[in-house]
Amino acid sequence: MSAAAALQLEGLRKSFGKTEIIRGVDLSIAKGERHAVIGPNGAGKSTLFNLITGRFPPTGGKVRLHGQDLAGLAPFQINRMGLSRSFQITNIFPKMSVFENVRCSLLWAKGYRYSFWNMVSKSRDLTQAADAILEQINLTERRELPAGVLSYAEQRALEIGITMAGGADVIMLDEPTAGMSHSETDYIVDLIRQVTENKTLIMVEHDMGVVFGLADRISVLVYGEIVATGRPEEVRANPKVQEAYLGAALEAEH
Amino acid sequence: MTQALHKSTHAPQGGITLASAMPWIISTVVLLVIPFVFTSNSAITIMNQMAITIIFALAYNMLLGQGGMLSFGHAVYMGVGGFMCVHVMNYVEDYSLPLPLPLLPVFGGLFGLGLATIVGSFSTRKAGTVFAMISLGVGELIAACSVIIVVFFGGEEGVSGDRTYGLPFFGVEFLHQIEVYYLIVFWLILSALLMYLFSRTPVGRMANAVRDNPERAEFLGYSARWVRFFSFCASGFFCGVAGGLFAINYEILTEENLNLVQSGSILLITFLGGVGFFFGPIIGAIVFTLLSTVLSLQTELWQLYVGALFLATVMYFPGGLAGVIMMHWPAFRLGNARMLVLPYIKTFIPCLIGILGTAALIEMIFHLRHGAVGDEEMTLFWTTFNVHAVLPWLIAIAITGAAFWLTRRNIPEVVDAWHRANSLPGAAT
Repeated sequence: MSAAAALQLEGLRKSFGKTEIIRGVDLSIAKGERHAVIGPNGAGKSTLFNLITGRFPPTGGKVRLHGQDLAGLAPFQINRMGLSRSFQITNIFPKMSVFENVRCSLLWAKGYRYSFWNMVSKSRDLTQAADAILEQINLTERRELPAGVLSYAEQRALEIGITMAGGADVIMLDEPTAGMSHSETDYIVDLIRQVTENKTLIMVEHDMGVVFGLADRISVLVYGEIVATGRPEEVRANPKVQEAYLGAALEAEH
Repeated sequence: MTQALHKSTHAPQGGITLASAMPWIISTVVLLVIPFVFTSNSAITIMNQMAITIIFALAYNMLLGQGGMLSFGHAVYMGVGGFMCVHVMNYVEDYSLPLPLPLLPVFGGLFGLGLATIVGSFSTRKAGTVFAMISLGVGELIAACSVIIVVFFGGEEGVSGDRTYGLPFFGVEFLHQIEVYYLIVFWLILSALLMYLFSRTPVGRMANAVRDNPERAEFLGYSARWVRFFSFCASGFFCGVAGGLFAINYEILTEENLNLVQSGSILLITFLGGVGFFFGPIIGAIVFTLLSTVLSLQTELWQLYVGALFLATVMYFPGGLAGVIMMHWPAFRLGNARMLVLPYIKTFIPCLIGILGTAALIEMIFHLRHGAVGDEEMTLFWTTFNVHAVLPWLIAIAITGAAFWLTRRNIPEVVDAWHRANSLPGAAT
């Protein structure tokens, strides 16, 4: 609970009608940490993400980003404070070109704001930065294509690129490898490892291989409560986790 | 020209290249020369109307095509800008102020901008249905005001002015249509260029992003609402400019410039031309103005044909006429466009004859049902005949039927040629 925590949740709650989805979550994520949130289906992982990023207002509790309370802030304001996220369902600008997608995600961070007196194509700095990101996410060859026609894995890579581009230091990824083949998963995991260097990463993920390979610490969310937080080997050994999560996973398999 | 214009939107970077400036240079030259080709007064009147409609349609497409906002009441921004300009015209005349006429549209623009700022402050909160409904409501409200606030809107007879007020501008008094034409063309080129450049700015780019995915745009640090608001204001400005030019051209504005019919037709024009490309609304405005002026002289039923064209566009070519043109770009780039020429001729000429035949039948039915008693003669396609006789009907039906049969027979050939023209050499498709 140090003051330097990149992201801190205090007694966070959310109800939809009478149903309480998130029931008091306390979590502190240090700067530079790669943190994974796991849990069975319907545990409230995505809801937790949406609460942090201001997509839904919480029913109770607080979210602090670098010590600042995020209550009442709109997503674009939270983003400007240095938090960026991807989505469980691919969320890009399908009709715009791949390059255009990345360039748009750079505009605010590069200080262009709402200006209508700059020509975006004239800024060499902007073009180079966008091309550098395309290079990093391996999509240089797809530069001029509409983003909507890319393959699924490429779209996910693009989404990670967009999420990263603004230079946010807290990155939240919602199931970045969902629905991918093994080779695609390896590609994305490498990409995530590479682009989140020196950044704080919070991810929701189902693929245990990805989670145990990437995360420094893991939190297990079950029915809106965190039942365990710790290093991967501690979490794996925790009997509560085995009962609540791995047990459920085993049941589902049989 | 249109293809080069589209290409310039993908020009990688850097300043102005010859290729990106070319469409503008060509259009400017065409606009300057065209009055020497079509010299009649009525042709110039049509071109004036066309140019004003182009500005209005381009401004409308800043919302619809680029910002994803469907407005049902956009005529009011043009109309109110126009009304303001008539008042300024009269004011300047009464007090002999030194305001040259060519600057007048600026006032229309500023007034359109002002109104858009007020309305946009609450209407751009959401896109989609909410925005559409608010725009409809505001449009109706202001149109209704025209009979209530008589001092500004002039009640039912509207307000009128005199564009030849004050001193001549460099010796030009704007007495003649042709002088007005060049004034309008100046504003057309300036406005189109500014609107094009607007689409290249950060806020213009983000307008596309917000159109595609407002939520994602928010997570990039942009408020979707502010982006919409800025597009809305810019659109209001250029609508106002179009209104100012309307005031100069017609010297009168009435309730008709504000009402839903006007708002509906600009939506139709923009959609017909194609919302997906910058130059789409230009084509829409040209085609629509031609249809509504030239076709309306030929037949009372012109609105039926325009409606059918619009319906066909929406159903079969959602990209509009511009979309149809750009569809051929890949084949053109592959150097295969020539493969399409013959199948097109073989299919679309019968198709055209079929459509004209259908139109002839409709006209004949109309004449049969609604012609004056005893007036049994009608003239269609330079042929005069008795509409109560059987033979003309048989001929019309036979030609129409044969033409459509031929069209149908040749369609597979077009489809085949299309596939060949769009595949790379050696590719097995």
